[in-house]
This record gives sequence, C-alpha cells and structure tokens, in this order.
Amino acid sequence: MSDNLENFRSATIAVLVENEAGVLARVIGLFSGRGYNIESLTVAPVDEDRRLSRITVVTSGTGMVIEQIKAQLDRLVPVHKVSDLSLAGPHLVRELALIKVVGSGEHRVEALRLADAFRARVVDATTESFVFEMTGNADKIDAFCNLMRPIGLKEVSRTGAVAIVRGSSALTV
Amino acid sequence: MSATSQHAATQPLTMSGAEVVLRALKEQGVEVIFGYPGGAVLPIYDAIFQQNAIRHILVRHEQAAVHAAEGYARSTGKVGCVLVTSGPGATNAVTGLLDALMDSIPLVCLTGQVPTHLIGNDAFQEADTTGITRPATKHNYLVKRSADLARVVHEAFHVARSGRPGPVVIDLPKDILINKAPYTEAPPAAQPHRSYRPVTSPDMAQVRKAVAMMKQAKRPVIYAGGGVINSGPEAARLLSDFAHLTGFPVTNTLMGLGAFPSQDPQFIGMLGMHGTYEANLVMHGCDVMLNMGARFDDRVTGNLAFFSPGSKKIHADIDPSSINKNVKVEVPIVGDAGQILAAMIQVWKEDSQPPMREALAEWWRQIDLWRGKNCLQYVQQGKIIKPQHAVKRLYEITRESGRETFITTEVGQHQMWAAQYFGFEKPNRWMTSGGLGTMGYGLPAAMGVQIAHPDALVIDIAGEASILMNIQEMATLCQYRLPVKVFILNNEYMGMVRQWQELLHGGRYSESYSEALPDFVKLAESFHGVGLRATEESQLDDVIREMLATDRPVIADIAVAKDENCFPMIPSGAAHNEMILGPGQEGGVAGVTDEGKVLV
Repeated sequence: MSDNLENFRSATIAVLVENEAGVLARVIGLFSGRGYNIESLTVAPVDEDRRLSRITVVTSGTGMVIEQIKAQLDRLVPVHKVSDLSLAGPHLVRELALIKVVGSGEHRVEALRLADAFRARVVDATTESFVFEMTGNADKIDAFCNLMRPIGLKEVSRTGAVAIVRGSSALTV
Repeated sequence: MSATSQHAATQPLTMSGAEVVLRALKEQGVEVIFGYPGGAVLPIYDAIFQQNAIRHILVRHEQAAVHAAEGYARSTGKVGCVLVTSGPGATNAVTGLLDALMDSIPLVCLTGQVPTHLIGNDAFQEADTTGITRPATKHNYLVKRSADLARVVHEAFHVARSGRPGPVVIDLPKDILINKAPYTEAPPAAQPHRSYRPVTSPDMAQVRKAVAMMKQAKRPVIYAGGGVINSGPEAARLLSDFAHLTGFPVTNTLMGLGAFPSQDPQFIGMLGMHGTYEANLVMHGCDVMLNMGARFDDRVTGNLAFFSPGSKKIHADIDPSSINKNVKVEVPIVGDAGQILAAMIQVWKEDSQPPMREALAEWWRQIDLWRGKNCLQYVQQGKIIKPQHAVKRLYEITRESGRETFITTEVGQHQMWAAQYFGFEKPNRWMTSGGLGTMGYGLPAAMGVQIAHPDALVIDIAGEASILMNIQEMATLCQYRLPVKVFILNNEYMGMVRQWQELLHGGRYSESYSEALPDFVKLAESFHGVGLRATEESQLDDVIREMLATDRPVIADIAVAKDENCFPMIPSGAAHNEMILGPGQEGGVAGVTDEGKVLV
C-alpha cells in the first residue's frame, strides 16, 4: 500500500480522436466505468479537414493505473494517438477562467488591483460587477479566486487544462 | 473521395438500406444470422425473405441469439451475426454482448432503431442502444446517413474479428433501412483503418528477451489462455510444438481448454480457483512464467499479493491494456499468439544457449509428486451418482464413440466439473461463459455450434438451475431439428451458491434450493424432444449411450449427489498454495478471511 502511495502521481494526457458523435462519451464512460479519476477534461476540434478533435485529460493514480488508462484509451476504435505529456518532457499547461466579482466601493478598487497583479483582463463591467478573464495554470487561477473570495467572488467558469509539449516535437496523426 | 464512392454517387440508387445491409453481410462471409423480428427491423426481415444466400435462425429470446452466435463463432473461428429489433430486442441482447466482450468472441449485432427523426422522443420501442451497449461492446455505431451504411457494416466486421476480437453493435434506424442507399465494397485488407490499427506481429527484441529468460528457467511454466484459441488452430499447433521443444509444463485457463491437448504428458490441467493441485503449485513455485494469451484474471491468480511470488513473467497478449493490468510483468509482448509462438520457436532454435535440462528434470520430478496427489479423485460408491463421475463417464463414452464432440456449459459447479473431467484435444471444441459467468449460456451456445457443425455431437453440460434461464430455446432446437444433447447434473441446488454458503456463510442456504423444478423428461417431450433420466449409478451409462444414439434434441436429467462440492478450491482471498482439497485429502486448508469474503 505504501508502495502504491509513493507511486501515486498526476498525469496530463492528450488524446487525438476522430471528431465523431459519441467519442467523448466513450472516453468519459471508460473513466467512470473503470473507476479512474478525472481532475479535468477538455475537448475541441483541432483539425476540421482531417476530422480530428483533441481531448486533454488530467488524471491521477499509481503508475500502473496511469499506464492502464493510456492503454484503455488507445484501444478505443476512434482514438488515433494517446500521449502522456507528464512523461513526454517539458510541456505547457494552461487553463482559461472567467471570474465574476460583485461589490462596491473599496472592494472594486481592490479587485482591479489584484487583477492587474495577476494579469487578469476585465472583459465585462457594470457599476456593481466585473468579469475577469485570465489564463494560467490551475494554481494561479486558484490563488486569484481565493484572493477574490472576501472581495465579492460570485461565479467562476473554468475550462480545465489544455496542454502542449514545448519544442518542435508534435502530437499529430 | 475514392473511385468507388464517386462511382456510387453518380449511379442511380436501386437498393434499399436493408438490401445494402444484407449484401454487405454476404460480402463479409455471413452464412447464418441468429435473430428475432420486430417493428424496427421489418425491412431487413423483408429483405431476408427475398433471398437465399443467408440463413436466418429464429431464436426464442434475443439473449439466446447472441449466445448462439457466440457458439457459432467460437466453434468456427468466424464472426457470429445477430439481428434484433429496437428497444427490448436490443436490451435483451446486452447480456450476450457483454459475455462476448469478456470472452473476446467476434460478433456483429444489428439492432433496429426508431427512425432518425424520432430518436430522442421516447418513441415506441426506443432505447438509447449505443449508450446502453457502449460498455458492453468493443465498438458500436449508430448509422444516421445512408451513405455510411455499407462502410459501417464492413468496418464493424473488421473491428469484430481483428486484434482482440469482440462484439460490435450497428444500430440501424428504420428510415435508413427503407431509404435507398449506395453500396460500397469492403476496402482492401491492406488499406489500414484511420485510427484502429491493432498490433499483431511481435517486437522481435522482446521475443529474444523472453527466449533468453526461458533458456535460463529452472522451474518454468506455460500458462495458455483463450488468446491461443482466438488466434486459430495453427496457434494451438505451435503451442504444442513450442512446449515439446522446450519440455515445459503447460496449464490452460478455462477459456484456453483445448489449446493444448489434455492427453499430452506435459499438460498439468487447468489452473485457478478450481484448477488442479499440480497446476496451481507449479504457478506458485515457478521461476519463469510464460503467459500466452491469458489475462491474469482473478479466478486464475487468487490473492494477487501472493501470486507466483518468485517468478519472472513474460506476458504475450494482443491487447496492450491486458498487460500490467493486474500483474506486473518483466517482459511484455504485444501481438497475435500464433505469430509470437512462431517467433519464439524460431529464436529458441537459433539461440545456441542450451536450456537448463537437469533443473527441468528435477522440476518434473516435483510436478510428478504433486500429480501423485491425484487431486481430482472422488469415490463413486453406492447408488447415488457423483456429478464428477457423470461427467467422467460422459467423456469416456463420447471418446469411445469416436465422434467429433463439442461441449458447451452453463455456469456453476457443473461447469467446473466439466472443465476438470472432460478432456479436450483440439481448440474450438469447448464453449463456456468464462469472464461474465452467464447462466443460460450453454443451451443457446450449443444451438449455434450445432448449426455450424450439423453432423457433430454437441452436448450442453448443464445444471438444473442454469438450464431454466434459456429453456425456451428447446423450441428452436425442435424447429431446426438440431440434435443438441442437454446433460443436466441435477442436484436440486444452485450448486456453486450452495457450496459458498456452506464454506463461507455457515451453511445458511439462503434461496439456493431449486424449489418446484419441472419434470425435465416431460419438459423435453413437450418441446418435441426426448427426455431421459438416470437416478442411480447403474442407469448412467445406458442413459448416456441412449442420449448419444438419439438423433433428436435430448434432455438427460441426471440426479446427482446433492451436497457435493467442487474441489480443489482456492478460497477467495487465498493464494495458490492454500488450496482446499476434497474430503479425505490433506491440503492447505485456509480459513477465509473477512477480506476474502468480500470477493466474489
């Protein structure tokens, strides 16, 4: 058991799939059916001509479980490629968040100050609210939200992580 | 756009979707469909009516259609084909589909669906079939455009039969079946699928690593499973060649029985929960294990923490996700069992390193000591028929008959006794529900086997509880004059449930007694079959002989000892060296821990 805990790690996995109906359900069903964790999952078409979508899933487990997850993903018929970015080398992970803060007076000033420090952009403003847009890794967004909480944090919408390997190597079909 | 589809696009369309489906099935080599009609698939039934190339077998329940197709597939190596209607037709098929998925049986199941414009409206007999069957199939399709129809059928067969075989569902909305659709031929085999490309030929570096490890082995074992059967009869032949070349002992999994001849002196029996003493102790004590096409299933490994603690393991499997799933191995090899065995034979012969002959001889002396325990012995005394004896006599008498014999089973004690006491010399002769453990599998599976092998002897070794789960198929047997023999070991209990209740739950036989059983002789007769019965040992051989001589469906009701347990047994949560042996035999009598009780 202690061995398992030591091997427990987080993994960011990129999956290139056919852009077809049901493919996301297959991936999600695999995770729920086999009891794997999903910390975040994002999906969008990335190549219309070749009908490809890219799924980025952040998961965690023992080394053996992560290997299983990759093998299970890889054997789905509409899956082209599976890449464990955590093992592929240095990679970038980004998340987009839209954060609504409601308040008045000094709180509004403080909110703008913090946003500036975090390089969050104001994308909507009313006399009693702001919507900030920010990108970064999950920790940065967490930190920003935590600071905003006493100031009037009302609503958060986050994309979950997208990721890509640094340098010239690429995940393509 | 390829030349064929361009051509198809410019031609006036003359075929209905249903006709396109049938033509594609024919091109895929389908000769038989097992099915049951209903509203959504009427267009296909109409097309079936107007052709002769494909034979339709009308079952009495959709679950049975799938099991029949499984029996057909497993006994021939071809893809089994099923046709059911929407809604309840599809949901009834689900158990069979999952059974085929767990045991890697190639099937294509066509399901009807409400017309595309009604999908999602809770229409009559609508079910989200692709949603429901997603975790019960290798892959599934919902055809929403006529232009995709032929391509999807061809692709479904490719997916079902290649790589690790499995069931594939094609959900067919009724308007797609009625509307005209273009036909396209199957793509050439050389043209790879866009995303699905299973690996079949092994990495030779891994094969060499494995052979080097086996050359150093002092206490080796070959543990062969259903992957050898799925690879085809050539793989079974190569397994024998490799075993004889190396002199290694061979054990088979439940799904692998017949992959290695039971009469071969190097065969040490089935392994696992009800495997032989020698097979399990060989697994426990070996120093090098070659897993050929098996998946370290929990019925095989027992407690993983104590599984074969001192061995280096080689795992050859066509499915990369089976490797390192339950058991970490030193040498993984992804590929087809036949190709891997051929490569191993070649490398073994080329390699100049001599094997450890003396150590191997010592290992065989140890194995012979374990064999001397004679763990499958039982005492047949008096009038009451021991179930083991019934299976043993069935085996001996069918062997004497010299007829080509296929055995199917239901699930439970009788299944394990069949596995222990019926010997198989060739692959594809043994059909059983291994992974899913589906009661009610055996009779419809036997039906499918008999369709594929009309002149062979096909016997369903059954229990009185399991057989009732698909007993309606007796009518199908009668309709198609299929002389399947149902050999019921009738102990008036769900025997394996009763055994676990005796061993694990203080003998509280909660709901495991088969109350209010039918008279199986009259039951057979009411289905226009022949009913036979043996209640005493002296009647057993005569009943078996009469059953074999009858060229009609037979139910032989064999009254056996009611409280007999199936041994050897590795209790749940125990290790291979903690087997319980039968009464009068010493063995590691392990108590079942609370952790063990949680396991099924």
